[in-house]
Amino acid sequence: MLEVSDLHTFIATGGGVVRAVDGVSFSLGEREILGLVGESGCGKSVTCRTIAGLMPSPPARSTGHVRLAAYGERNVLDLSPRELQQMRGTHLSMIFQDPMSALNPVMRVGDQVEEAVGAHQRLGARDRHRRAIELLERVGIPVPERRMRDYPHQFSGGMRQRVLIAMALASRPKVLLADEPTTALDVLIQDQILSLLLELQRDFGMSMILVSHDLGVIAEMCDRVAVMYAGQIVELTDTETLLASPRHPYTISLLRSLPDMHAQTRYLRPIAGSPPPLIDVPAGCRFAPRCPLAIEECHSWQTELVQIPGRAHTARCFRHDETTREDAWLERSYESE
Amino acid sequence: MLGTSDALLAAMEGRARSRRRLGSGRVTLAVGVLILGTIIVAAAAAPLLTSYKPDAIDPLNPLAHPFTHGHPLGTDAFGRDILSRILYGGRIDLLIAFGATSVTVVCGTVIGLVSGYFGGWVDTVIMRIVDLVFAFPFLVLVIAIIAMLGPSIFNMFVAIWLTSWISYARITRGHTLVAKRQEYTLAARALGYTNRRVMLRHVLPNVVSFVIIFAMVDAVGNVALGASLGFLGLGAQPPSPEWGVMISDGQNYLLSAWWLSTLPGVALILVGIGFSLIGDGLADILRPGE
Repeated sequence: MLEVSDLHTFIATGGGVVRAVDGVSFSLGEREILGLVGESGCGKSVTCRTIAGLMPSPPARSTGHVRLAAYGERNVLDLSPRELQQMRGTHLSMIFQDPMSALNPVMRVGDQVEEAVGAHQRLGARDRHRRAIELLERVGIPVPERRMRDYPHQFSGGMRQRVLIAMALASRPKVLLADEPTTALDVLIQDQILSLLLELQRDFGMSMILVSHDLGVIAEMCDRVAVMYAGQIVELTDTETLLASPRHPYTISLLRSLPDMHAQTRYLRPIAGSPPPLIDVPAGCRFAPRCPLAIEECHSWQTELVQIPGRAHTARCFRHDETTREDAWLERSYESE
Repeated sequence: MLGTSDALLAAMEGRARSRRRLGSGRVTLAVGVLILGTIIVAAAAAPLLTSYKPDAIDPLNPLAHPFTHGHPLGTDAFGRDILSRILYGGRIDLLIAFGATSVTVVCGTVIGLVSGYFGGWVDTVIMRIVDLVFAFPFLVLVIAIIAMLGPSIFNMFVAIWLTSWISYARITRGHTLVAKRQEYTLAARALGYTNRRVMLRHVLPNVVSFVIIFAMVDAVGNVALGASLGFLGLGAQPPSPEWGVMISDGQNYLLSAWWLSTLPGVALILVGIGFSLIGDGLADILRPGE
């Protein structure tokens, strides 16, 4: 459905050029949910926005190749602004992190949904209204006829995200980019929204990219996962393999940093240090400075995604053969402190 | 204690109900519309409200006190009826308020919206022009333009049009830049709306309340400016009953016949209050949930 190869997005800033996305490749199959995980600033959102043609240019510039099923071999990055505008909503939609601010505060909710319904097809006012009610019902807004007359501030966060999902799906796009759709919501609502997304994805036969920094969400939702670090994908495989036998030290550290109810230790195991600045990126593995397994060669290694034998599994690690050895992860004992 | 808490609850609910029914901005707006509406109707219906012509001279009763000799608000040094002059003069001043302001609101807002939304070199050029105009003292610039074109009401309009749009452009651009970065604008673009639609349906409505509020202040300012220019002899010319001209005419008699300058001044203030109240009321209504 969607194929991204060697995508780079650079952003010019006062301090230099930020390599926000630096050589990202992945494909998204039909009816597949691909997870993009990583910490803040690793390029997850920028990747999505670049695909949707929503990065402001200037200051952002992109190279690479993005293929979308509906456009055949054409590179989505080369589409004209007008073509991009027509692509968004019809072939590809996006939902955002903060439902509190993603609805226009001075417009009635019903008008906004009706506008989304009419954006890509000519419909009479009555049909638009009917379709809007159907959509709102579909995403679980109770008594939509009445709620349509309300303003966004009269909706709760979860309800607003439902409205935004309804709007994004108004023209039945085949690809949905969900940029941390539940991060701003509390846990209970998070679960409802995720179930709704899963249900809609199945019913509409959509493919979806789910951006999140929450491995729990990813584990629950995704078929495959791409772990991103400092603008690059560091590990890409199916969810099961990723959780059972991760190969990249960053992924392993991420998984180990999750709090575990049954663990012996009462301490969290954070990843020491912080991600490198994306201006003047040093050569070698970008995770090496924080990696407990890093050796001399890691700092000069020309990084590439290495095929792990067995399944469709790639990892960007020089020592990918050794990362699973327990003795490599000799623990600093927090308990003794 | 149950009794008192019940009473408190009832009182608060009653107040909340009445606030919902009235809406916080609606009362203000209604009062403003009432004041301004009354003045507009009075100015329009001037011939019905007074039998005097604004420039008809009553040579026997110059400087008559209010409520004497059949002149409800007295007469000026030439014996012209003050009430009649205020009513007919209102036509000129209201024309200045609406005529001067409406054109600048529309032009300034469109320019600011385009400038802020698209950015780039268009924005740079427009904002440099705005800076340039801002660099001149406003009144001096207006007077200079009128001096070039010759003093008349129409030329005064032209001078105001040429200079006042910059405020609107600046306000609109500033708030457009803010709205452009809001997630709802991004979401609207992600839904595949055209730039025109995003600009007019999503950015403009979030910006327009600031413009309207400023327009109401600006309308008052324009009436005052019209009066000032009339006072200086650069706008409406002396036989005209324009309020500024009337205030100017009356300044020699301030101590002996206060009503010559004071009463048109009161009319001016009433127009100002009317516009301000409308602006405040609209501000509340246009920004739901704040």
